[in-house]
Amino acid sequence: MFEALSERLERISGRLRNRGRLSDADIDQALREIRSALLEADVEVGVVRQFVAAVRERCSGEVLARSLTPGQQVIKAVHQELIEVLGGQPLRLTYAPRPPTVVLLAGLQGSGKTTAAAKLARWWRQQGRNPLLVGADLQRPAAVEQLRVLGAQAGISVFSEATNPVAVAEAGVAEARRLGRDVCIIDTAGRLSVDQALMDEVRQIAAVTSPHYTFFVVDAMIGQDAVATATAFHAALDLDGVILTKLDGDARGGAALSVKQVVGRPIVFASTGERLNDFDLFHPDRMADRILGMGDVLTLIEQAERTMDEEVVTRSASRLLEGRLTLDDFLEQLQQVRKLGSLGSIMKLMPGMSKEIRQAAEQVDDKKVSRVEAIVRSMTPAERRDPSIIDGSRRVRIACGSGTSPQEVNDLLRQFREMQRMFKGGPARLGALFGGSPAAFPGAVADGGLRGRETAGLRGPKGRKKKGGRVTPPKRR
Amino acid sequence: MIVLWIVLGVLVVVVGVSSVVLVRRRAPVPPPAPPAPARPLPEAAPAPAAPPTEPAATEAAPAPPVHPARIEERLGKTRGVFAALRALRLRPSIDSGVWEELEEVLLRADVGLPTTEELRHRLDSRSVGGGEELLTALEDELRAMLSTQDRSLRFDPESGVTNVWLFLGVNGVGKTTTVAKVAKREMAAGKRVLLAAGDTFRAAAGEQLAQWADRIGAEIVQGAEGGDPSAVVFDAVQRAAARGNDLVLADTAGRLHTRVNLVEELKKIRRVADRPPGRVSEVLLVLDATTGQNALTQARLFTEAVGVTGVVLTKLDGSAKGGVVVAIERQLGLPVKLVGLGEGPDDLVPFDPGAFVAALLG
Ligand SMILES: Nc1nc2c(ncn2[C@@H]2O[C@H](COP(=O)(O)OP(=O)(O)OP(=O)(O)O)[C@@H](O)[C@H]2O)c(=O)[nH]1
Ligand SMILES: Nc1nc2c(ncn2[C@@H]2O[C@H](COP(=O)(O)OP(=O)(O)OP(=O)(O)O)[C@@H](O)[C@H]2O)c(=O)[nH]1
Ligand SMILES: [Mg+2]
Ligand SMILES: [Mg+2]
Repeated sequence: MFEALSERLERISGRLRNRGRLSDADIDQALREIRSALLEADVEVGVVRQFVAAVRERCSGEVLARSLTPGQQVIKAVHQELIEVLGGQPLRLTYAPRPPTVVLLAGLQGSGKTTAAAKLARWWRQQGRNPLLVGADLQRPAAVEQLRVLGAQAGISVFSEATNPVAVAEAGVAEARRLGRDVCIIDTAGRLSVDQALMDEVRQIAAVTSPHYTFFVVDAMIGQDAVATATAFHAALDLDGVILTKLDGDARGGAALSVKQVVGRPIVFASTGERLNDFDLFHPDRMADRILGMGDVLTLIEQAERTMDEEVVTRSASRLLEGRLTLDDFLEQLQQVRKLGSLGSIMKLMPGMSKEIRQAAEQVDDKKVSRVEAIVRSMTPAERRDPSIIDGSRRVRIACGSGTSPQEVNDLLRQFREMQRMFKGGPARLGALFGGSPAAFPGAVADGGLRGRETAGLRGPKGRKKKGGRVTPPKRR
Repeated sequence: MIVLWIVLGVLVVVVGVSSVVLVRRRAPVPPPAPPAPARPLPEAAPAPAAPPTEPAATEAAPAPPVHPARIEERLGKTRGVFAALRALRLRPSIDSGVWEELEEVLLRADVGLPTTEELRHRLDSRSVGGGEELLTALEDELRAMLSTQDRSLRFDPESGVTNVWLFLGVNGVGKTTTVAKVAKREMAAGKRVLLAAGDTFRAAAGEQLAQWADRIGAEIVQGAEGGDPSAVVFDAVQRAAARGNDLVLADTAGRLHTRVNLVEELKKIRRVADRPPGRVSEVLLVLDATTGQNALTQARLFTEAVGVTGVVLTKLDGSAKGGVVVAIERQLGLPVKLVGLGEGPDDLVPFDPGAFVAALLG
């Protein structure tokens, strides 16, 4: 749906290659594109304005680097600015001098507070702490029960009582002290920032528990309202940090930028699923790529790690590169990939695919994929191993079995051969499949160094493209 | 189609290579996580649902009538944010500054860039004089985009048919609460409602709906935690037919539209609910008004998968405007049918385009 910002910028500024400096006109044009990319990603209007102004500042009069096109240079500036804004000073975790360290969670209805409370408790236990969960949402039906179930899953005890939220929170902290727990995480009811009574209530909870950390829990899918809401919660509670949830979806997550800008405190944790281990520290660099629509390979890989069978993937990947892929492998591979999500959503996470491929992939709907799957399933094992034995009558049988036409079967076989040829051509040919420009790779744009430690894992496919052959093909484990 | 192959191939290579590298690098670091309960796949064999809990209260309290002023009043909470717009009205002529302000108002309401630009084009082609006229024209255009005629909820009165209304959406938008609100409303209208607790996945989701059932005096069918949701819905339809309930309201677990397996599970629930005597007469997508442009993708993918018939827009009592539904109605032809205005069982009103547009523009 969205064209990657990098491509748009390439298009408008490719012709400016030979000038010595970025002109104001170049920058204006680029900034317009950046503005719409940010708005499409749900960054709040006012925040977009500030951000664009900051990028202008960064770019103007800058000497053109020899190695970069103007488009790349602007992207680099945008990217750096984004990482700076999103990152800033990370939260250095400290603990209250007199335990327990009280952690208060607050946010809108359904943003993920209760789930985050359990995830945090589990996370702190992994850090060697001994947390207690306190259920202070006495408003939503079965809210405490939900926390108890999650607590049991994490093996962490939960305190609550049917009094009132302020009293429960206070008693919870006392209970943690009595039990010698060093971290006390308080889950509260969801509330709207315009609900004065409930905002007062959470302020009171904070007053009686004096939290060491107050975290604002916010859904990554939130739109423009992020700013009004975050402002109100910050005014009421003096937030220490933000937990961004539901990052496992395909929302671009511009809210991260909006919230960060108004709260000015770090986004500390990222929640990427419903299970308790779908939780990690927040990575500003990944978020920057995601907001800019530059793909998020790391998220993709993490999803892959969670859902795909590694052995199957590695086996088919190496067979593919050796040109020995069979239809059986292909079927397996298809099933693995489909576990990750729809092809369209996967493609959004892939950086550097050329525009043609990306556009075409959007047209590939998952129904077609199911047809392909049905065709392969209707083949006999022998046919899958060696498709060349498929003659007219076999074709008709396969078509009947899969509810397709012989023509479709034929097309599929032809395409399969083409694909085999293409990958057999080796890394160099593979490179041609990616957009020709290095700007398409976030890592390249960010000078490689900006993306931190984990990026190392990405050098594989990237190196493959640029320096063919330097990457050792994956081995079977 | 060749593209599909390339994409798959490249993807597998990228993912394969990188995950191997990453897995190796990370291997010694994390302590083994306790196995989380895996989300059941749609293929899971249907488990027999537990017997329904007896209704706690047999008499349903009649719903207090929703005062017409109420929606205005609730929506009005955040007026004043757009006081700037009122100043706009006073402008004698339209210059680009006016456009920019107007654009900003629309964007802030989550109307989205493409729809905002379209509105601007349409207004450009209508010659308007001053600010007042421009705003009136804008309201017209917005209402025209929300021109669906029929926003009623479909119900098949045919005897021998058990109507099923299915509620779905991403996590935390308000599905369960909406099921309770709709149940209360329909019971007050004389329907014999049975709730199906089709969320067997999330912690205490069944318990949440059961407490609602208790509160509003509705009957409910619950399944075993972690069981097959379509079995619960199937069971609910069977029981509804046997006991003479004519409407089953089926709650489902929150799921992201991008999770193929979970969307498949939803398709299966729908298929099962449609087996006679069941008939799925509404598939309601619940959207949270605070959601930004992603709501459009949610609506598109869920519609493709299970044929959504209407939208419920929740949490419109907050400061968010929910402007993305304009694009949803226009691009997908999906009518917004109901609006959620709070956490109580009566905080539900029919969608009124006029009031919505007025609130959108402050
Ligand atoms: N996909 C996904 N779902 C999540 C994530 N975090 C929470 N959820 C789900 O979102 C829904 C709401 O989460 P809760 O933890 O109940 O949210 P809450 O803020 O406590 O909600 P209230 O107490 O009702 O205000 C549940 O279905 C969770 O399983 C996440 O990171 N990804
Ligand atoms: N202010 C307000 N809150 C609402 C509205 N509808 C639902 N909520 C609240 O939003 C939160 C989530 O509602 P649920 O009904 O649990 O949402 P759900 O979609 O069933 O969530 P999952 O099943 O976890 O995906 C709860 O705290 C509800 O009380 C509404 O219209 N206005
Ligand atoms: Mg909660
Ligand atoms: Mg629910």
